[in-house]
Amino acid sequence: MADDILALHGLSRAFGALKATDDVSLTLRRGEIHALIGPNGAGKSTLMGLVSGKLAPDRGTVWLEGRDITRLSVAARARAGLGRSFQVSSLIPEYSALRNVMLALQGRAGHSYRFLRPVMRDQALISGARAILARVGLGPRASVEAAVLSHGERRLLEIAMALALSPKCFLLDEPMAGLGAEGTKQLVTFLHGLKQDAPILLIEHDMDAVFQLADRISVLVYGRIIATGSAAEIRANPQVRAVYLGTEDSL
Amino acid sequence: MDSTRKEWLLNALIAGALFAVPLWAWLANEPFIITLATRIAILAIAAVGLNIALGLGGMVSFGHALYLGLGGYVAGIAAHHAFHGTEVLGLPGTNQMLPIWALAMVLSGLVAGVVGALSLRTSGIFFIMITLAFAQMGFFFALSWPAYGGEDGLPIFVRNQFPGLNTARPWDMFLLAYAVLMLCLLAFAGLRAARFGAALMAIRQNPDRAAALGISPFGIKLVGFVLSGMITGLAGAMMADLTRFVSPAMMAWTVSGELIVIIILGGVGRLFGPVAGAAILVGFEVFFGGLTEHWKLWLGLVLLGVVLFARGGLIGLLAGRVRHGG
Ligand SMILES: Nc1ncnc2c1ncn2[C@@H]1O[C@H](COP(=O)(O)OP(=O)(O)OP(=O)(O)O)[C@@H](O)[C@H]1O
Ligand SMILES: [Mg+2]
Repeated sequence: MADDILALHGLSRAFGALKATDDVSLTLRRGEIHALIGPNGAGKSTLMGLVSGKLAPDRGTVWLEGRDITRLSVAARARAGLGRSFQVSSLIPEYSALRNVMLALQGRAGHSYRFLRPVMRDQALISGARAILARVGLGPRASVEAAVLSHGERRLLEIAMALALSPKCFLLDEPMAGLGAEGTKQLVTFLHGLKQDAPILLIEHDMDAVFQLADRISVLVYGRIIATGSAAEIRANPQVRAVYLGTEDSL
Repeated sequence: MDSTRKEWLLNALIAGALFAVPLWAWLANEPFIITLATRIAILAIAAVGLNIALGLGGMVSFGHALYLGLGGYVAGIAAHHAFHGTEVLGLPGTNQMLPIWALAMVLSGLVAGVVGALSLRTSGIFFIMITLAFAQMGFFFALSWPAYGGEDGLPIFVRNQFPGLNTARPWDMFLLAYAVLMLCLLAFAGLRAARFGAALMAIRQNPDRAAALGISPFGIKLVGFVLSGMITGLAGAMMADLTRFVSPAMMAWTVSGELIVIIILGGVGRLFGPVAGAAILVGFEVFFGGLTEHWKLWLGLVLLGVVLFARGGLIGLLAGRVRHGG
């Protein structure tokens, strides 16, 4: 479909006898947030690895705007338009927040084989990075090293770096993890606006956030998608209730 | 004073001392000291090369003696054929340093490209072992190649020439080595501050993150490794000219180890780390080498102390840690 930015077709990946991803197909449409939920160990991060290119699938294909990217490396997929954040913050620890985002802008431009001009005199790079930090609310922390940022700030920096890639779609792996009530609320608002930039494939354990944000939800259990639908449909799905959430009242 | 200012001051001090001491020796007619300073400068150039791979890229090459030796043999073989008026591979020999340096850098770069392409898919101890293995291949090849002296090595009877200088004079040779060292430091500082350096240092810290930003770790590391080998190869050509002798010993694994030691002593990834480290190493060799045969033991203890208590080497100790702020 023309509106499918990202499409996964029959992805499978096993670790030994464990089928971590089992024949998964899903799409991410323009302007939507598609949430991927499922119990611990369901294979959400593995699926993210298959999409981002960190893991190679045993079977199946990944399509970005109608282009088969299954054979591309992680870096090539990022340049093709995948902007990801990691479940465990993955930053350049010795670089300041500003330089982390500048590096993302540099990666986006694809100009890393330049040997002469100092990055700290590259006003376009610096002001671009400052604008993005300001947008996620990290403006005042620009010159702080990533290693000493607070947990919440590191999560925001992850998002800022994904944003700097101006990707065709976002892949966010538990961006709210460990944020606390206030931080989660702010991030929900932020992600709601972010989906106008590009659609978001969102892995998240916080059900309140998921039901507030997601246009569609897919439920992953033992590597398989057992249901896809709107928040209301997922809430009402008896299979989801039985297999995933166990107790009825938690939905 | 912030740590960046401190480091620049310290660098200026080191650069000044490395010039002032041989200048004094020249005025006082002490050629031995001038040659010692020249040796420090050339070793520092070799270590600046390694500092790109090890310091910026985190690639612990335990085989950089290979490039030192390659450069050395280029100088030796070119001089050998120039001296005897014979040809090698259809080319005449030459006693001009500039074409020798160019050839040394190209050859070292090509070999580093092959070694890097085959080793950079691995990391950690495997990378160390593969780079060591390639250097050992070079060592044994040179050892068993009788045309150019085999294990006896190859003398350079007349030091190669540089336009406008009398390279046979210690002071001229020092000026040349010092100028090349400064140029190499300039190149190092330039590429470290540029986008390439930003990418290379990021890959050392977190290759997965760099890849997720569209920066391919393999390509960047390979280019870094090639540049690294080229500069060390240049130093090899100059070292052969300084000692007017090249032998397989230049490719021995102990030499690779010494280059790493220089960088650790001086400060890994620091601009003047290689200069400080080379000065410490040569200083130890001269002062303690005269007193005891076991000077390497004492050097080892100092190294241990640095690794345990002063991870940033001499530069880190005096100027504090690096800040990539702004
Ligand atoms: N590299 C690997 N090698 C072997 N098994 C793995 C590997 N990566 C993941 N697994 C296994 O695959 C399954 C799915 O793991 P995955 O990390 O994808 O789950 P998840 O849904 O992201 O869980 P969580 O909610 O805890 O983040 C788990 O059983 C995990 O132990
Ligand atoms: Mg996970």
